[in-house]
Amino acid sequence: MADEVKLHGVTGSPYVCRAVIALNLKEIKYEFVAEDLSNKSADLLKYNPVYKKVPVLVHNGNPISESLVIVEYIDEVWKGVPILPQDAYEKAQARFWAKFMDDKCFPAVFKAVSSHGEEQAVGEAHEAFQFLENELKVKGSKYFGGDNINLVDISATFVAFWVGAAEEALGIELLPKDKFPKLTEWSDNYVNCQAVKDSLPPRENIVAFFKKRFGKA
Amino acid sequence: MDDVILLDFWVSVFGQRVRIALAEKGVHYENREENPQNKTPLLLEMNPVHKKIPVLIHQGKPVCESNIIVQYIDEVWHDDKSPSLLPSDPYLRAQARFWADFVDKKVYEAGKKIWMTEGEEDRQVAKKELIEVLKVLEGQLGEKPYLVGESFGLADIALIPFSVWFHAFGKMTMNMNIERECPKLAAWVNRCMEREAVSKSLPHPHKIYEFDQKKKKGHE
Repeated sequence: MADEVKLHGVTGSPYVCRAVIALNLKEIKYEFVAEDLSNKSADLLKYNPVYKKVPVLVHNGNPISESLVIVEYIDEVWKGVPILPQDAYEKAQARFWAKFMDDKCFPAVFKAVSSHGEEQAVGEAHEAFQFLENELKVKGSKYFGGDNINLVDISATFVAFWVGAAEEALGIELLPKDKFPKLTEWSDNYVNCQAVKDSLPPRENIVAFFKKRFGKA
Repeated sequence: MDDVILLDFWVSVFGQRVRIALAEKGVHYENREENPQNKTPLLLEMNPVHKKIPVLIHQGKPVCESNIIVQYIDEVWHDDKSPSLLPSDPYLRAQARFWADFVDKKVYEAGKKIWMTEGEEDRQVAKKELIEVLKVLEGQLGEKPYLVGESFGLADIALIPFSVWFHAFGKMTMNMNIERECPKLAAWVNRCMEREAVSKSLPHPHKIYEFDQKKKKGHE
């Protein structure tokens, strides 16, 4: 029986992108259902009644919501390139850093962007980035996952791609290379991974989005 | 013998999740009580990012974040003698993770609001929000014995420690009657409390109420 895999999403969302990367990494054939967030489909509301948000993965009619939950699900169901480590301790560490992205890093970056690079907000974003920089230093590897990308790298997609687009759109500096050499190097490597390259939206679209949403009139 | 240490603070719902998981698995561990006002060097070393409890230290290596610790415990202590804390089916596992995360995102925030607000009007608004959140959980529970699948697990462990606080809130003349608003959830609370691992891991509501009163009077 053929698997039916659908992903409800919008191309500009870094959360949706996580799911897309995971699907592409595993070479899963799926249908992308583009949502209009100002006019959500009946299916989306049916599949994610709790949050009414994207992404939602629908596998043989069964919906899964929350990007990190989706990525873990994809890893458990489809063999092939592993996304989470096998070892229980390493797995816990990967989950920890993925959660850190959502709990600390993303909100700090959002504040820094929406405030147009206000000093304190940028300072908080830098605090979050410093933890990531240290982690890469300690690991001494190309990616958070070692030689290959893993859950942590995927969860940090917005750092690698969306941050740079925001910087360009608003003329602010969020991730200075001299302060975060490892994180900058990681970003460059990460966006050039095939599965990631195949999944990222066009950069000019994201730049345009940031200009429209946060740009000064 | 496995070398297991838990850094905890007795009042913390997050620490209680870990205690429940360890008890369900019959894991022997050394409990070290932390004082949030005076954190030990060990805690700061083991959780430099958040500097918070709970931290599980297993063979010298730290695991942080309660839902992550519970999954770690389930994966490491995995044998026929002790129950699984996550379902074996990947779809149900995803549901378990979703609902455990929902508790963090919604229950904790709504509960915190009630805890923090002064003033009757604001308290009523906060209470209404919490009831709405609990109704979502009531819906998820449905006719099932537990939140996901048929077995007690991650999602139940994530939520059950909050039940002690709801009891304490009831005392705070909140007039919040969980039994009336969410009868299935109330029955679920009793069902969970029948598990020895749960009842011996959670403080009595009276102690929570005392803690709240002391804090309000400016003691710690």
